[in-house]
Amino acid sequence: MTTATPRSTAPSTPGSRQPVEPAPPVLELDNLVMHFGPVRAVDGVSLTIHRGTVVALVGESGSGKSTVGRCVVRLHRPTSGTIRLNGTDITHLGRRALRPHRRELAIVFQDPASSLDPRLTVGAIVGEPLRLLRLAANRRQREQAVVEALRKVGLGVEYLHRYPHELSGGQRQRVSLARALVSSPSLLIADEPTSALDVSVQASVLNLLTDLQRDLGFACLFITHNLPAVEYLADEVAVMYLGQLVEHGPAAAIFATPMHPYTQALLSAAPLPDPVEQRERTRVVLRGDIPSAVEPPSGCRFHTRCPVAVKRCAVEVPAARQVAGRRVSCHLVDADGSGPDIRVAGQSGTAGVPALRREEASP
Amino acid sequence: MTPTRGAVPPPAHPGPAGADASTATPPAPASGPVLSVRELSVRFHTEDGTVSAVDRVDLDVAAGEIVAIVGESGCGKSVTSLALAGLLPPTARVEGSVRLRDQELVGAPERLLRPLRGRDIAYVFQEPMTSLNPVLTIGRQITEVLQVHQRLGRAAARERAIALLKLVGIPSPERRVDEYPHQLSGGMRQRVVIAMAVACDPTVLVADEPTTALDVTVQAGILDVLRDLRTRLGTAVLLITHDLGVVADIADRVVVMYAGRVVEQAPVHQLFARPRHPYTHALLGAIPTARRGSDHRLREIPGLVPVFAEPSDNCAFADRCPNADELCRSSTPPLEPVKGGQTTNPLHSHQFACWHPTTPPVEAR
Repeated sequence: MTTATPRSTAPSTPGSRQPVEPAPPVLELDNLVMHFGPVRAVDGVSLTIHRGTVVALVGESGSGKSTVGRCVVRLHRPTSGTIRLNGTDITHLGRRALRPHRRELAIVFQDPASSLDPRLTVGAIVGEPLRLLRLAANRRQREQAVVEALRKVGLGVEYLHRYPHELSGGQRQRVSLARALVSSPSLLIADEPTSALDVSVQASVLNLLTDLQRDLGFACLFITHNLPAVEYLADEVAVMYLGQLVEHGPAAAIFATPMHPYTQALLSAAPLPDPVEQRERTRVVLRGDIPSAVEPPSGCRFHTRCPVAVKRCAVEVPAARQVAGRRVSCHLVDADGSGPDIRVAGQSGTAGVPALRREEASP
Repeated sequence: MTPTRGAVPPPAHPGPAGADASTATPPAPASGPVLSVRELSVRFHTEDGTVSAVDRVDLDVAAGEIVAIVGESGCGKSVTSLALAGLLPPTARVEGSVRLRDQELVGAPERLLRPLRGRDIAYVFQEPMTSLNPVLTIGRQITEVLQVHQRLGRAAARERAIALLKLVGIPSPERRVDEYPHQLSGGMRQRVVIAMAVACDPTVLVADEPTTALDVTVQAGILDVLRDLRTRLGTAVLLITHDLGVVADIADRVVVMYAGRVVEQAPVHQLFARPRHPYTHALLGAIPTARRGSDHRLREIPGLVPVFAEPSDNCAFADRCPNADELCRSSTPPLEPVKGGQTTNPLHSHQFACWHPTTPPVEAR
């Protein structure tokens, strides 16, 4: 009953992080909008994820990044826009029509303690997608698939009959991953998969995710606010602010030369784990907090906090433009990719000014 | 109605603790420690027997110094911080010594500790909403501290509350002072909590994961506030965190805890450049960084953090350590200074507890 073709085992070529030739897009979001009553959580997001690539979706809390992920797995029915999975429009499919596509989609949540059923054994949890989607011919086959999925995430058969409460946080997140990957999906949504874990455990989960992604070749939407993890794992970065993407492009390029002032602020706010480097950086402290998604600011949504905003920013919505290999929505970025850098002292009146002396800058 | 210490000077100026606000660089801890912890042990008696959460911890914090305690969940860093001012439940058995200036706090009677809390030693916790009362205005909550500890009158307390809100970078404090916690964002709430904590110009400010619940953009602002308070008021800050980025950003010295014990402590630059304890080394290697080449992997630490047990004679990290041998499993390595690091001031020395330390890299700089 599945319309999907079984995925071959051919992984994306290891070593080359960027796909050499354009693979068919696994996920295409076109102008995705998700409003909850007056709250404009997601307001026009277009994003394409190709096979074998990891796209990180980053932004502050309340930027709508988790809502995008939940729309893709159709936990929400989007207000407008389209979601195409392997070329099929799944935006408005009903429960029954969606079912054949479910095996192509998987999601891993932040807190494994609350996303695993405490009354089921690990074997039952990991086998559930196979059972519900009728992907295994019989119980024996299902059990084999479960054992194989557990093996892939580094858990032995002895875990089959354990319950989530008997496991550590890292082991639980491995079980979540096994459950997500047991149906061999072409797209994995990872929503803050390591945020609840300690550094040492986080390292092993990130390594595992890298290995699995390389070996199985699935596309991944990695939703997180953990920027070091993004730099480690992602091929592309999409930066979200108040329901919209402000910049999207190759990870290395964005980390090296962020163009949008918000990207610059976000990257410079994450402290580097090196006291020498960290203390030499110019810090940018943004004014105020992320505005309400009920009444987003006019023009560029970032203009209320942007240290280099000009009059035009408050009036005119910046279009997403293709600039030097990425998409940027900012009036101040030129066609060749040059623009203001708010991290450079003297570029603006407020950037880099310590928090306590900003009183006069606040409204 | 005589205003007592800390009440008169408006907070925009240096507080009575006396750091010169004009010095942009952090004041070097010249004098001795204002907070001195020796052999601090905390045990909990439970139905399943005794668990040892903190095991013979030594720690010093000088005025104007930011000391970070780092470690993973369950390493005892929060229990240590709560034990300082006697905030643990009665089931906890606390031993050892905690001296705040000249006063011994361990075993001190409640009537002695109560006036100290909030005045000489103040706390900021992770989630601001659990520290704030939702049905009182933020002004009321700050003035309460001032009225109790400094016996300020209502008008004077309110004026000081507004000044404090300004000090922690809250815009239009005259208006905000009459608002309720739910009207503020997470970052602003945490600033209010910090304002309450420094209202009486405490000697020591204990900040337990103060930015963990906040976004990085907001975190940067809160860290600036802490840095500024240290410089302007000369407050000693004990920062509890698991985030090595925050440590690299703000700490002067770092204390690394593992399974209830201090395994290493050093000035921040030294700790990151030349970690000696294998646990510190592993922790630093586990932080994700930009991938250099496709085979670059994060360092994993095998095994799990041990569950608290009776303190035993071994190194708690032995089971997960690549360097461990029989010696590590049969006797506890003492916390000793790095050989050749001839500093008489314990505040500047680099100490670690390991029989087989990691070899420091050849000096690059």
